[in-house]
Amino acid sequence: MDFLFAFLIGGLLCVAAQLVLELTSLTPAHVMVLFVSLGAVVSGLGLYQPLVDLGGAGATIPLPGFGHALVQGILKAISQEGALGLLTGGFTATAAGISVAILASWVAALLFDPKS
Amino acid sequence: MGGIKADQDQAKAYSEMTKRVTPNAPLFKNIVLAFLVGGTICTIGQGVLNLFVAFGFSPEEAVTPTLGVMIALGVSLTAGGIYDEIGRFGGMGSALPITGFANSIAAPALEYKREGFVLGVGAKMFTVAGPVLVYGTITAIIVAALRWLLVGIS
Repeated sequence: MDFLFAFLIGGLLCVAAQLVLELTSLTPAHVMVLFVSLGAVVSGLGLYQPLVDLGGAGATIPLPGFGHALVQGILKAISQEGALGLLTGGFTATAAGISVAILASWVAALLFDPKS
Repeated sequence: MGGIKADQDQAKAYSEMTKRVTPNAPLFKNIVLAFLVGGTICTIGQGVLNLFVAFGFSPEEAVTPTLGVMIALGVSLTAGGIYDEIGRFGGMGSALPITGFANSIAAPALEYKREGFVLGVGAKMFTVAGPVLVYGTITAIIVAALRWLLVGIS
C-alpha cells in the first residue's frame, strides 16, 4: 500500500511540475527552484507533513520535500537553540544529501567522461 | 484541376487539424510520462526507505539515508549516461525527484571536467543546484521565521 501511495503522490507532484513547465515559459531549472520554494511555504503552513504521512517517499523524494526538510530542520533547531537555529537548522537537516551529491559527483567527474 | 483543388482542400483541412490536435497531444503525453517516471522513481525510493526501516530506522530517521542513496543512484545513472536518456522522455518526472537534483550536479561536473577541476567541475556543479539551494534556503528561513513569530514552535 505504501508503494501505491508513493507512486501516486510522487507522480502527481511531477505532473504539477510538468504542467507548470508546459503552460509557462519557465525552464526546468526555474520549475525546480519554484517547487523547492513552494514545498517550504506549504511546509510552513503545516500542510506538507500530512502529504509525507500519506505518500512517504512520494512526498520526501521530489524537490518540495527538500523545501519541507529545510523548514522543519530550522523549526527543530529553533526549538533547541533559539534564534541561531534559523541559520543552522536548514543546512543541518539537508547536509547529508548535499554532501553525498558533491562527493559522488566529484568522484564521477574524476572517473567518467560525459557520454554525449 | 478538380484534383488539385481537392488536394488543396485536403491540405488545408489537414493543417487545420494539426493546429487543433498538435498542442494538446504532446502535452497529454508529456504529463503521462512525467507521472509514470516520477512515480516510478518515488516507488524505488519507498523501497529503499522500507529497507532502512527493516534495518531498525524509524520511518522519520530513514528519510535522510534514503535521500542519500537516491542521490548516489542519480549520480551513478548520470555517470553511466542513463539518466540523460530517462530525462529525454521523463520531463519533470525525472527532474523533480532528488535524483534529478543529483543529475543537475553530476552532469555539469562531468561536462566541464575539460575546464579543470576547480573552475570546471567545482564551479559548474552548482549551475542548477546553486539556485535551488539559494532560493530554497531564503524561502525556508523566511517561512520558518514567520511561523515562529506567528504560531510559535510546538
